Amino acid sequence: MGKTLFEKVWNEHVVAEIPGGSNVLYIDKHLIHEVTSPQAFTGLENRGIGLYSTERILATADHNVPTKDQHLPIKEALSRLQVEKLSENCKKFGVTLYGLGHPYQGIVHVIGPELGITLPGMTIVCGDSHTSTHGAFGSIAFGIGTSEVEQVMATQCLMQAKPKTMKIEINGTLGKGVSSKDIILYIISKISAAGGTGYFVEFAGSAIRSLSMEARMTICNMSIEMGARGGMIAPDETTFNYVKGREFAPKGAKFDEAVAYWKTLYSDNNAVFDQVYHYDAADIAPMITYGTNPGMGIKINSNVPKLSEIEESNRATFSKALEYMGFTEGTPLLGKQVNYVFIGSCTNSRIEDLRQVAQFLKGKKKASNVNAYIVPGSKQVEKQAMAEGLDKILAEAGFELREPGCSACLGMNEDKIPKGEYCVSTSNRNFEGRQGPGARTLLASPLTAAAVAVSGKIVDIREFSLN
Amino acid sequence: MEKFITLKSTITPLAIEDIDTDQIIPARFLKATTREGFGDNLFRDWRYDENNQPKKDFILNNDGYKGSKILVAGKNFGCGSSREHAAWAIHDFGFKVVISSFFADIFKSNALNNGLLPVQVSQDFLNKIFELVKSNIKLELIIDLENQQVEIVGHSIIEKFDLNQYKKTCLINGYDDIDYLLSMKGKIEEYEKTSKYLHIL
Repeated sequence: MGKTLFEKVWNEHVVAEIPGGSNVLYIDKHLIHEVTSPQAFTGLENRGIGLYSTERILATADHNVPTKDQHLPIKEALSRLQVEKLSENCKKFGVTLYGLGHPYQGIVHVIGPELGITLPGMTIVCGDSHTSTHGAFGSIAFGIGTSEVEQVMATQCLMQAKPKTMKIEINGTLGKGVSSKDIILYIISKISAAGGTGYFVEFAGSAIRSLSMEARMTICNMSIEMGARGGMIAPDETTFNYVKGREFAPKGAKFDEAVAYWKTLYSDNNAVFDQVYHYDAADIAPMITYGTNPGMGIKINSNVPKLSEIEESNRATFSKALEYMGFTEGTPLLGKQVNYVFIGSCTNSRIEDLRQVAQFLKGKKKASNVNAYIVPGSKQVEKQAMAEGLDKILAEAGFELREPGCSACLGMNEDKIPKGEYCVSTSNRNFEGRQGPGARTLLASPLTAAAVAVSGKIVDIREFSLN
Repeated sequence: MEKFITLKSTITPLAIEDIDTDQIIPARFLKATTREGFGDNLFRDWRYDENNQPKKDFILNNDGYKGSKILVAGKNFGCGSSREHAAWAIHDFGFKVVISSFFADIFKSNALNNGLLPVQVSQDFLNKIFELVKSNIKLELIIDLENQQVEIVGHSIIEKFDLNQYKKTCLINGYDDIDYLLSMKGKIEEYEKTSKYLHIL
């Protein structure tokens, strides 16, 4: 029997099998940030041990950082303390840190790929559920808790039960105004926020193959939003071309040797998955969420579902979500006034996202009722955006390009959405209070978010002319 | 880690599905650098209003359920962020067990790594608990880890639950994964010498 992509990478990293169903899995790269690492460092100190390896770990500050005036001390005391604690721990334990002010600083899932740290066939973990992003390279990448962060720090290994495998195949051509964000919101709306729990997902099919690396990252990023531990895409020429020449990627003969190995990383024709789904790219429309988990998504020109269409056991949750969002069952979202737009997060803050947004906004103006945050994923993205003059296009349209960080995706810094306000957001979670207490989040693609920003209300991107 | 064997307790029912870790502990409370004290902000925005006054209709503010060590929640409990602070908050508040018909993967690992037992039961069994507690808020359950079963006291209703045997041994003995992995240093070094991939990179 053939092997799946997941099994090939997993098997390569098994150090030992433990009776009772767990594997000791070797971890090639461990990424850390200020929020989920301090207690792990304390754990090491309490045990009187150091890091197993200082070569395989990398730190950045992203969750708490302000997106304005990063050269000044962080105003909010607890955020400042947490960021300082990270610097202190990295110094003490010998961890490379791309902290505030460093040219490589940024959201952990943006910097890994752009610096060539993320490579096909690797195992990558981070104390952050969106670590699944790195699976776009054909690596096994997933989020872990702080006790597991400590495990990897102490031993470079992780005790893990092997998940089941799922394949999601999407074939065909995407329609006008439909991007990779719409693909993943569509998938999650079909299989629900829990539909992938217990699985590692491989995304395949012609619609996936045609995507750029950054678009693939958006898809894998949100695998966790259907409950899956991670998502992955088999590496191909698009992947190798992206990796080639990046700062920490292998060079010369080493690169060729790596590519020869990476080319073996695909699911064999006769590989068996525990679950398979097929979708037609032509059925995918620009998507938006109406509720309080990412599975509550609809085509933007559809109505919010009726209570009677919802599975009985889920009706209480559905009604609670509509009450929180202030929406009525069976009614359209198009035309609803929206006062906040957030373009950013580890899902959609890369240079292609900013290019797409700037191209759309060129010659247009932000609606007067809209407050917008446009936050690049990293210093490298910010630098590139400025080199291309995107900041000027944004400024002419009435927007300001902020400095990099997680920002309003989870509102740990001062970028919060006020209570009761709607925010069309390119981030990954529309949970109650995610963007600030009482904030109402509608997840959508960068293009849809940009169109909402100029319209001041929910609009269908397909009504605009797009180049 | 604290040892876990059996537990008899009243329950706190929360019949809501898809409870995410942002509800269990909102991101703005993740700024601490220690593991303690998160229980004060467990379910913060469901528990307190914007003036920090307890919301009377939320179950954690109902004295009738006070002292319960078992949280019973709807399907897909703990979805969303990987923050272990969610498990810490539940444990710190005083719960030793969470029962649901389905747990998110990362939450389940985090709970097990902190001596908080996630017990996955059938939807029917879960519905039965929710139904019985409506007429008797002092309904008790017995969680027997050794025999991997939950009993609804006074109703002779028992259900078995699954658990990774390695994790079960850890819970019963109070071991954690790091103790185990540190004892495997030789094997890890051996892997590093022979791994094909590590040599390519």
